[in-house]
Amino acid sequence: MTKTEHARRPLSPHLQIYRPMLTMLMSIFHRATGMATAVGVVLLVWWLSAAATSDAYFDMVQRFFGHWFGRMLLFGFTWALVHHALGGLRHLLWDTGRGFDLPLVEWMARATIIGSVAVTILLWIIGYGVMP
Amino acid sequence: MSMRTPLGRVRGLGSAKSGTEHWWLQRVTAISNIPLVIFLVIFVIRHLGASRAEIVASISNPFVAILLALTFVSVLWHMRLGLQVVIEDYVHGHVAKFAALLANSFVTALLGVAALYAILKMSFGL
Repeated sequence: MTKTEHARRPLSPHLQIYRPMLTMLMSIFHRATGMATAVGVVLLVWWLSAAATSDAYFDMVQRFFGHWFGRMLLFGFTWALVHHALGGLRHLLWDTGRGFDLPLVEWMARATIIGSVAVTILLWIIGYGVMP
Repeated sequence: MSMRTPLGRVRGLGSAKSGTEHWWLQRVTAISNIPLVIFLVIFVIRHLGASRAEIVASISNPFVAILLALTFVSVLWHMRLGLQVVIEDYVHGHVAKFAALLANSFVTALLGVAALYAILKMSFGL
């Protein structure tokens, strides 16, 4: 029997083949921030449930969110949520068949990154401003 | 034999037998998430450092309770659809994929019912 030799046909391109591009990074970020936001939603439900439970339990949950680790989680959640929301706006525009012009796509990618960081920092400045 | 034309049978349905429903609901909930999440962010910021009694007092307002409930329904629906796609893309074993999809649905339902229960409980007065 002859040895089977794999034909050297071109394979479907995959992640490692492509040169990393901003738009590709944004696609990955959109999915990753969506998943991170899901973790944040679990934290939100925990917080609301604690508020509906008892003073002692609510105080414990508030202490967790007041701890540096809890704050870090919430800061990450804020950024993921804002980034996913801004990225989602781009997707809604694309869904209408508009916004595929490459310079515009690149501009929106940059605007999403800069905007998400700016809005996140702004929300936290407001947050620390209103905290008693 | 079906009396329906091939076009009639396929309209709205792809090879996945569910057509564009998933895609469409992802967009519908994406749009409803925009105002609802803005409301949620304002609600959370306004209650940073608030006592439990203050949060309960806010949620006793029916408008706040209804908007909060809608927010969780919209966000969790969107979240379940999104995580479903992630699972379908990356989990390939039959058993693992089925288990992950079931867990996705069950956990989402649990979170939704827990959130609605908490909101209603506070809204109706503890």
